Formats: sequence, structure tokens, C-alpha cells
Amino acid sequence: MTALSSPQAPAGTAHRPERVERIRQAAHRIRRNALVMGEVQGQGYIGQALGVADVLAVVYTDQLRHRPEDPHWPDRDRFLLSIGHYAIAAYAAMAEAGIIPIEELETYGSDDSRLPMSAMASYTPGMEISGGSLGHGLGVATGMALGLRHLGNEARVFDLLSDGELDEGATWEAAMACAHHGLDSVTAIVDVNALQADGPTAGVLRTEPLVDKWQAFGWHALRVDGNDVTALVAAFDEIRGHRGSPSVLICDTRIGCGVPLLENREKAHFMRVDEAEWQIARNQLQEGLAR
Amino acid sequence: MTSTAPRKKLTTSAMIASFADPGQRTTSAPFGHALNRLAEERPEIVGLSADLAKYTDMHVFRDAHPDRFFQMGMAEQVMLGAAAGMAEVGLVPFASTYSVFATRRAYDFLCLDIAEPGLNVNVVGALPGLTTGYGPSHQATEDLAILRGCPNLTIVDPCDSVDIEQAVPALAAAPGPTYLRLLRGAVPTVLDEYDYRFELGKAAELRTGRDVVLISTGLMTMRALQAAERLAADHVDVAVLHVPTIKPLDTAAILRAARTDRLVVTCENHSVIGGLAESVASTLAFAGAGTRVVPIALPDEFLAAGALPTLHDRYGLSTDAIVAKVRAELGRTGEEQPSAWAADPVPATA
Repeated sequence: MTALSSPQAPAGTAHRPERVERIRQAAHRIRRNALVMGEVQGQGYIGQALGVADVLAVVYTDQLRHRPEDPHWPDRDRFLLSIGHYAIAAYAAMAEAGIIPIEELETYGSDDSRLPMSAMASYTPGMEISGGSLGHGLGVATGMALGLRHLGNEARVFDLLSDGELDEGATWEAAMACAHHGLDSVTAIVDVNALQADGPTAGVLRTEPLVDKWQAFGWHALRVDGNDVTALVAAFDEIRGHRGSPSVLICDTRIGCGVPLLENREKAHFMRVDEAEWQIARNQLQEGLAR
Repeated sequence: MTSTAPRKKLTTSAMIASFADPGQRTTSAPFGHALNRLAEERPEIVGLSADLAKYTDMHVFRDAHPDRFFQMGMAEQVMLGAAAGMAEVGLVPFASTYSVFATRRAYDFLCLDIAEPGLNVNVVGALPGLTTGYGPSHQATEDLAILRGCPNLTIVDPCDSVDIEQAVPALAAAPGPTYLRLLRGAVPTVLDEYDYRFELGKAAELRTGRDVVLISTGLMTMRALQAAERLAADHVDVAVLHVPTIKPLDTAAILRAARTDRLVVTCENHSVIGGLAESVASTLAFAGAGTRVVPIALPDEFLAAGALPTLHDRYGLSTDAIVAKVRAELGRTGEEQPSAWAADPVPATA
């Protein structure tokens, strides 16, 4: 077996402190990767990337069964990025997971890069679907899970959504279909950062109460602090054992988490960061890890 | 019963009406049976529908292969997204609904989930063009106009049961995404009387003729053949070029047919905007051919509800309407010889 074949078998809780610390270190590197890409563009969905880094660290380094050197391995767990604009976060995590070379991150969003601002399945390494238009991921996940089950393949299907994306009716069509077909191999992850393009989610279009909504649609629903690695690990482990219905993990995350300079920024949805601020951001990130 | 009862009129009668002529040979549910035959050979074939299996002949497949049929509910967006997901894991889905829902409602999903990654998903749209009298909600008069602009997508508009039976395995064999304008129920059987085989991407000359060439697609090829017979009785020699694949278009065959002194007429069960007429016209213009094209197509309007025969007459799709149009163009009906540029708002002076 190659060393990079994931996951570390999710053990019981015995070694959880070491496991959590390992994931926290990975999340730190994912954030650092995101800052590298952010600086290339000078602006972008940096706040979201920092906010969702802990979730992606758990997914890519602890939960997902995949082979970085063989991205088309038929038995791999699928990770669908329904929120295409989070590509910066996914690239940061895939670099940590060994799917994308770290050096390539500097091409992010540049001409002819394999890492465009919104990821493309046709040429971005490790991407299962093309993103950009919201409300697509869960429907494709539904079909993948139906198809995998039909083929006798036990691979799981993860789909990362955002709270803003829950405005899209197609998401709820898929939510009904997953539950109707009893697709317990599906895990939806909803990044609730409470912010969307036109402002706070609560003001744009109210989506709460989220746990009640998903439960009413027939889902096994959990809600955790999405920046608490211990809580995330416990929730993903619990979901792994759940049978009979699809699961959703609602993750409350903080935009810009890990970099105080960026945590309380106005216009945080599509963030602009001045040239001089990048070093401050990196320093703050490093200080946070030491604490 | 009073003696003043109104004269009985033709009515819409149902969402689904047959456009077969009285007494015409038909084949029942050719799509469903063709899919069943294909499924016997190819285990990766699966079917999906959005609460319209019964009305898209998918029920034939559902009943024969219940473990390979997936009911997605009245939710066309997730049906197409899920079909993409199934293709991603190696299955070959056929997903059926009405054309209006596949194109108008779920286009973003057809475009981005299926066409952009180039997946082998076969979208099957029933009630294309004017094949229901139910009204604009169900009349997909502009589905070709919407879909022709979608990269990677193969589009087929079959004439009859023979076309459908032969197209189904060809669509599954094509590696990329396809859209089939479905004729369902009792579908006329016409092309077995001709030396014809469906070939994806190829037009076929079904009959030759010196005076007129009808370039037709879909069920209008059946009408074009009938019109050609009728005109032959008047010593008008009419060729019929059947174009079942709208995209990619067999431009070579169209140029061969239209670079001619014959009257060139296109026939389609679709709006005059964005369908076969404009495909042929642009093919000729791009090749520098100055041939005039006379379109027989639906008007750029939301159409009325009513009985199909009434509507086909009113909107010019009936065999009578084709014959009348060709005669008018040839100047055989009136006293005046129509100008070759009759369609021009301003007469050509050069």
C-alpha cells in the first residue's frame, strides 16, 4: 500500500488527541496554501477558504478514501465541490493531500492554469464536477450514489455546499431524491458562514432552521462548530456509521478563521487584501498555530 | 337532447394525441422497446424519468428492467444532474421527460452537468414542437433553438418508429451527450418502405426530384414524402432529403442538395427561429451559396391550444399546407407568377 492512500482508518476515540492535532496541523497548512493563492490574485474568496479549512482538513486527511496518485481509482470516495467559488479552498486542501503539487498553487487563476477560479472537472486534478453554477452538486451526488450502489461499489459520496446555496431549489429536489432512495452513502456538508453575495444570509433569504429542514426532508442531520476539529471528527465518525438515510453535517464556520485581520472585514464575501497585508496575515496565522 | 345542439368540433382531447393519419401503419412505443433490446446487450444502460415514464414510453423499460429504472419524481433538474452522476460512474443513462422541461426548466443542468464534461447521457424529450394541443406550456416549439447553441450536444429529430429504433443504439454508442426529440405512443412507420438506415450525423436522400427539394427533419419528413407523392401527380418532381441529425449537421449533403436550380424548401416541426431552416440557411450563406430557402416551420408565436389536425393545418405543418406552399412558390396556383424573392420585404433591384 502506498503511504498516501487514505484514510487513516478512523479509529475509535482512543487516539483522538493525536488525530486531532495531526488534522489541526493539516488545516494550518491548508490556510497557508490559501493565502498563497489569495496573494496571487490580490482578492477572492479568501475568507471562505480560511473558514472552511478545518472541514476540508478532516475530509481530505481523515475521512476520504482516495489515492492521490490515481485520481480515477474506481473505488475512491467522491468529493464534490458544489460551491465552485470555493475552489481556492479545495486546491489548498488537495495540495495538502498530495493531489496537486504545492508549487502549482502559484498559478491559481492565471492564464492556462489547471487551477481556475472555479474548478473544472475536465482539467483540474482531483475535481469530480465542474463548478460555478450553484445548486448542482447534490443532484450529481445523488446520481453517483445511485449508480455506485447499482454497481455494488461501496464508495461514499461527499458534497460540499454552502448556506447561500440552499436558496437554490435544485438543492432541495436532490435532498428529496437522496432521502427517497435511501442513499446512506451520501454525506452533504453545509458550510454555514452566514454570508452571501448580497449580504448576511439571514437578510438575503432566510434558510434557518437548518437542522429541522434537513430532518424534515428525511436526512440524518448534525450541526457542529465547523472550526472545532474535535467536534468535526466526532461528527464525521458518527455519520460514517449511520445507515438508512443520507447524512448532512451543518458546519458553522467563521469567515477568515485563523487570521484576525481578515475575520472582521467588511465586504468579506469577495475579499480584497492590500499588498502589505499579506505578510501580516501570514504572521497572524503562524501565531495562531503556536497558541 | 335539443335539435339546437352545436355541431361537434374537434377538441384537444388529451395532452397526448397521435399525429398519425387515420389508417396509417404505426408501431407501439418504439423507443421503450428499442431501449429494452439495447439493455439486453448492454448492462450499463439505465433509465430515469421525472414522473413521466408512462408518457415517454419509458414505462416499457421500467417494467422490463425495474432494477435499472430510477424514478426521480417531478424534478427535472435533479433528474439531469443525477443522470450525469450515473454517467460519471460508468453507466449509460437515458433520461426522459417532456422536451419543454428538459430544455426550458433544466437547461443549466443539461448544459453544465452533462454537456460540459461531455458525458454519455441521453436526454429524451417528448412532445417536441407541435405534437400536443395542450398549449404553450407543453409545446416545445423552440427546443432546437435552445439546444443547438450547446457545445458537445448531439441532437436528433427522428421521423418515425424506424428512425427511433435505429437511433437509440446509435445514441448510446456515441460517447458524448445526446438529445432525442421523442415521438411516443402509436408512432407512424414510414421509412421501412425506403432504402434507408439511420446514421448518426448523416442526411439521407429518400427520393430524387428535378423541380423541388424538400429538406426536412423529424415527423415533417413523413409529411414531405406525402406532399412529394401528391405533387408528382401534378407532374412536379420533388426530392426529399431527410435530416434526422440536427447537430452535428450534415452540411455536405445539404450543400449538395441546395446548390441547385430547384426550389429549396425546409420542413420542420419547430419554430422558424433557430431550427432547421436557419441551420440550412446559414450553411448555404457560410459556404457562399446564394440559394433562396423557403421555410415551412412554426411561426415565432406562442401557439394555440386545440386539436392537432386543426393546429397543423393552421400553422402550416399538414401535408395540404406543404403542397399549397410548394405550389404557391412554383407559381402554379395563382394568375401571377410570384417573384423569386417573394419573401423579401423590398424587391431586389440589382
